[in-house]
Amino acid sequence: MGQIFHRSTNMVSRISIYGAVLIIAALAYALYAIAMSPWYTNVGVKLQQPVPFSHRHHAGELGIDCRYCHTSVENSSFAGVPPTQTCMTCHSQIWTNSSMLEPVRASYRNDTSLEWQRVNALPDFVYFDHSIHIAKGVGCTTCHGQIAEMPLTQRAGTLYMSWCLDCHRQPEKNLRPKAEVFDPFYQPPSRLHAVTVDGMEFTDQLTMGRYLRKEYKVASLQYCSTCHR
Amino acid sequence: MASEGSGKALGVADTEPIIARGHTLETVTNKISSIILTRGTTPGWLIGFLIAFSMLMLLNLVITLLMIKGVGIWGIRIPAAWGFAIVNFVWWIGIGHAGTLISAILLLLHQQWRTSINRFAEAMTIFAVMCAGMFPLLHMGRPWLFFYLMPYPNPMWLWPQFRSPLVWDVFAVSTYFTVSLLFWFLGMIPDFATLRDRAKHKAGQIIYGMLSMGWRGSAVHWSRYEIASVLLAGLATPLVVSVHTVVSFDFTIGIIPGWHTTIFPPYFVAGAIYSGFALVLTLAIPIRRVYHLEDLVTARHLDIMAKVMLATGLIVAYGYGIEAFMAFYSGDYYEKFMLTNRLHGPYMGIYFMLLTCNIALPQLLWIRKVRRSIPALFVISLIVNTGMWLERFVIVVISLARDFVPSSWRMYYPTRWDWATYVGTFGLFFTCFYLFLRFLPMISIVEVRALVHETNEEDLRLHK
Repeated sequence: MGQIFHRSTNMVSRISIYGAVLIIAALAYALYAIAMSPWYTNVGVKLQQPVPFSHRHHAGELGIDCRYCHTSVENSSFAGVPPTQTCMTCHSQIWTNSSMLEPVRASYRNDTSLEWQRVNALPDFVYFDHSIHIAKGVGCTTCHGQIAEMPLTQRAGTLYMSWCLDCHRQPEKNLRPKAEVFDPFYQPPSRLHAVTVDGMEFTDQLTMGRYLRKEYKVASLQYCSTCHR
Repeated sequence: MASEGSGKALGVADTEPIIARGHTLETVTNKISSIILTRGTTPGWLIGFLIAFSMLMLLNLVITLLMIKGVGIWGIRIPAAWGFAIVNFVWWIGIGHAGTLISAILLLLHQQWRTSINRFAEAMTIFAVMCAGMFPLLHMGRPWLFFYLMPYPNPMWLWPQFRSPLVWDVFAVSTYFTVSLLFWFLGMIPDFATLRDRAKHKAGQIIYGMLSMGWRGSAVHWSRYEIASVLLAGLATPLVVSVHTVVSFDFTIGIIPGWHTTIFPPYFVAGAIYSGFALVLTLAIPIRRVYHLEDLVTARHLDIMAKVMLATGLIVAYGYGIEAFMAFYSGDYYEKFMLTNRLHGPYMGIYFMLLTCNIALPQLLWIRKVRRSIPALFVISLIVNTGMWLERFVIVVISLARDFVPSSWRMYYPTRWDWATYVGTFGLFFTCFYLFLRFLPMISIVEVRALVHETNEEDLRLHK
């Protein structure tokens, strides 16, 4: 009886056995890479907005307080997207002829809303409240990234549950003094840069975080029903 | 007959040979391999396969509908949220246990009678576990999220609830399936090589050649094969006990009356082997007839399997007895109610049918004449299969439909889709089984050859 298989089959079968392990590992890595890629998470993706609003200019260069526009952030679950009237408090006086701002003026004239695209939208099955985070010393930039350096607003976190839990399991990693919550240029304490709280100087985030956690009575809420109500 | 005397000399009670005399290595190989290679596709096989396949398509239909409409198409309503799906899951997974018992424990115990039936019992195990595994997935309501049950690094940073027996189930069943599949495949490698060498067509040579993984029958191959078989048998042995124990935990961890008992693990395992041997008989009896394998799967095999059934059936009966006894002995109001509800409640007919099928009728197996009568064995095996299915129905439905608070009681009625799912899994099982009969060696050529060799040697020695 003649040979059914060519000699090379030995090599092919060996390669395929070891290759199977590599292929499975590569597939697992590919899935992980896709799940973490901006293509899937929208992190750093700039959306098409009716007006190219720049947080860098308004919050960074001009130093307008976050709460000037996002008025309900301290006492509501929703931080609030400003109505056109808020824009017009300044833009009725400055840049009144700018073509870039024409949609804003049109919205004001016609009493229609500007249709901003949501950058950070949580799914409906997640309950999230801005006010409690602000009240407990979680800064705006902790979740929204270096907003004062974004010419066009983009998502800074994946909004994955792991992203939420990362802080909920260890809030001290991110807490800051309440006075600094709205500072878009806030730097966490380091050896080069100390942060003063209640007359104490901290040069280490975890030490300060633990102190603040106690001071502000921050619970590490991890019950399912904390967010999935 | 020479063996008559030899049996007495050896002190063996049953002197009948395990396989019929007159076989040589050559005839065994010819007989089993010709079923695949020269018998071809017979009309009988084709008709059977088509019936099974159309039932499989029914399953396809039900699953599609289930995906679109959800589990509401089944009869499950609170409080009976576990209906047919769980009944069928436990039933199918129980059936698998006979295959593992035969292939693993009996291998380690050197029970030679296993050789003629282990291959198709193992196949039965694998197909039954496939059917069983589908039910919890379908029952989840969103089967496409089944991977949430597996612990894997995920962007939710969540692990499954390790304290839940439903997660233990995932591990138990998937381990069971993997080990059974490996064991089955490993055992077939030398047989695949035989088929490769005997195949007439190029396609057969290549397919069986690939499956035989370069088997040349060298001494090194044999030595490794033996080691691997024993190792896998050792791995599979605890699974015979553990899988159905974990399945019983699905119930015992719950506080429902009639579930929360310590007798469940042993009594579930015995029940599993009971139903498994019943299905092996149900399958073996027609197969040996159709493929003329009466000389390999002998009346002695059927007799031994009937005895195993009788023994495990008695353990199951003991389990029922203890359940009833403990209901009163515990003094627990709800446990007592559970028993009276079984005996006099709306499902009492089913409970009495269960007692008849599982306890009363199998007692006929004490009689040697019944064990030797093939039609009687076939009927009893079907009765036991029905009985074991009813047992799971009694446990799942009767306890749930009437739990603690009478205001929440509600009867459970299966819908036509419940039945269609159940029938559909038979389609899956038998489609696989028909393909197995047609394309894989249904009896281990290698092991039967070894047995023939030993038997013939023994005869020669005794004739001297």
